[in-house]
Amino acid sequence: MTTSILDYGDRALLIECGSTGEVLALAQILRDIALPGVVDIVPGAQTVLVSLSGPRHRKPVRSLLADIPVPAPSVSGGAEDADVVIDVVYDGADLAEVAELLEMAVVDVVAAHTGTPWQVGFAGFAPGFAYLVGGDPRLAIPRRAEPRPRVPAGSVALAGGFSGIYPRESPGGWQIIGHTDAVLWDLGRPRPALLTPGMWVRFRRAGSS
Amino acid sequence: MTVLDVLRTGPLTLVEDLGRPGLAHVGVGRSGAADRRAHALANRLVANPADRATLEITLGGFSARVRGGAVVIAVTGADAHPAVDGIAFGLNSVRHLVPGQILSLGSPQTGLRSYLAVRGGVDAAPVLGSRSYDTMSRIGPAPLRSGDAVRIGRAGNGFPELEQAPVAPITGDPVTLTVLPGPRDDWFADPDALVRTEWVASDLCDRVGVRLAGAPLRHRWPGRQLPSEGAARGAIQVPPSGQPVIFGPDHPVTGGYPVIGVVADSDLDTLAQLRPGQQVRLRWNQSRIAAHSPVGW
Repeated sequence: MTTSILDYGDRALLIECGSTGEVLALAQILRDIALPGVVDIVPGAQTVLVSLSGPRHRKPVRSLLADIPVPAPSVSGGAEDADVVIDVVYDGADLAEVAELLEMAVVDVVAAHTGTPWQVGFAGFAPGFAYLVGGDPRLAIPRRAEPRPRVPAGSVALAGGFSGIYPRESPGGWQIIGHTDAVLWDLGRPRPALLTPGMWVRFRRAGSS
Repeated sequence: MTVLDVLRTGPLTLVEDLGRPGLAHVGVGRSGAADRRAHALANRLVANPADRATLEITLGGFSARVRGGAVVIAVTGADAHPAVDGIAFGLNSVRHLVPGQILSLGSPQTGLRSYLAVRGGVDAAPVLGSRSYDTMSRIGPAPLRSGDAVRIGRAGNGFPELEQAPVAPITGDPVTLTVLPGPRDDWFADPDALVRTEWVASDLCDRVGVRLAGAPLRHRWPGRQLPSEGAARGAIQVPPSGQPVIFGPDHPVTGGYPVIGVVADSDLDTLAQLRPGQQVRLRWNQSRIAAHSPVGW
């Protein structure tokens, strides 16, 4: 494996990993060992960004990082022991078009979405939004050509090989295949985000499509 | 209870402190005062601990009446001609106000953001450990509106030691920012074009980022997609248009456009006072090659 550490300005370092699995394993190790001067650990698709509290921490943290052994990616526990099960009504506005684009029957799209567990890869876009990775590879589909100005909260969507759930109403360009009543983000909870990087998620069909 | 009754807010007045680091992995960025230096100075002038919240007033226009008790204040950052009952007082100085008196800010000729510290701090309800409003996440105390009562917290043990702090004025002159090579500078046909181009701050100039206008930067592999990666304040991200965006305190936590460079931490406060139309020059702080030294595991 060729992993490298890149400078990201004078108060962050970007670690390149070989896969999302390695990203998540490394992010967990970094969280556990809590290096001095590290204020944020941000997983990406193939990188981990380590934010520092000031420029003086860059060199020491860089040399400490170089000594951390390569983590082995965590493996799927399988659908049975998913951390979170999300019940989805597959009635999304784009479901028929998605099936057509993928040259699959609608029932097969639903079966593919629910058939394998997904893992939370990284965050972005809005508080509580999780990029879910590792699902059925047949579901890779581009974003919509024209984003919608308003996508309702709870919309379950696909784009670019990811699945995701809109935590709140917002503009969005992902292909919407269904909706869920699960609350992705709630500041009233001790941990507001339902999904955090590394968690395994399984979608379950609820109601008719 | 001591409060400031808000009469006018100007274009945008926000409660800000040092932000909420450590939550980017759940989609919440750090946020916090855009000009950290001016925010910290305002707190220091009124003998507040560093973690107290101030009001970040963009382009002036704020006024409020004191109610319930006397207050000690300081205004720093962009010079919006602060006055008490219409009588001007100096920026970066300590003022005592009694109930009924009105503090008002005009429009700054230069600079973008002024900071109003009150001894005791602005006592809004913290969200996830911070009183900062994040314009991207829409988390934290809501932007102020006229009619709001801003509660003032209890003063700490310290007392103001300085009457006035010497601070170089913020000018409208062209600004030079020091830039460190970005993690993806190899994605550009000519990364040095970043430091040769005469940039102008565009109208897209807010807490999320500042878009620079100038000769477009050319991507080496147009159409090639960068997998999303974590973003940092000061990062200069270049979308396909070639017009760079420098991320501010409310930047997205991850981004999918390559980062050609990152503004040095020490220049981020200068960046926070940049106004649309102002000229910007960027300069490397070191050779691009030296920064790219991959470390094997």
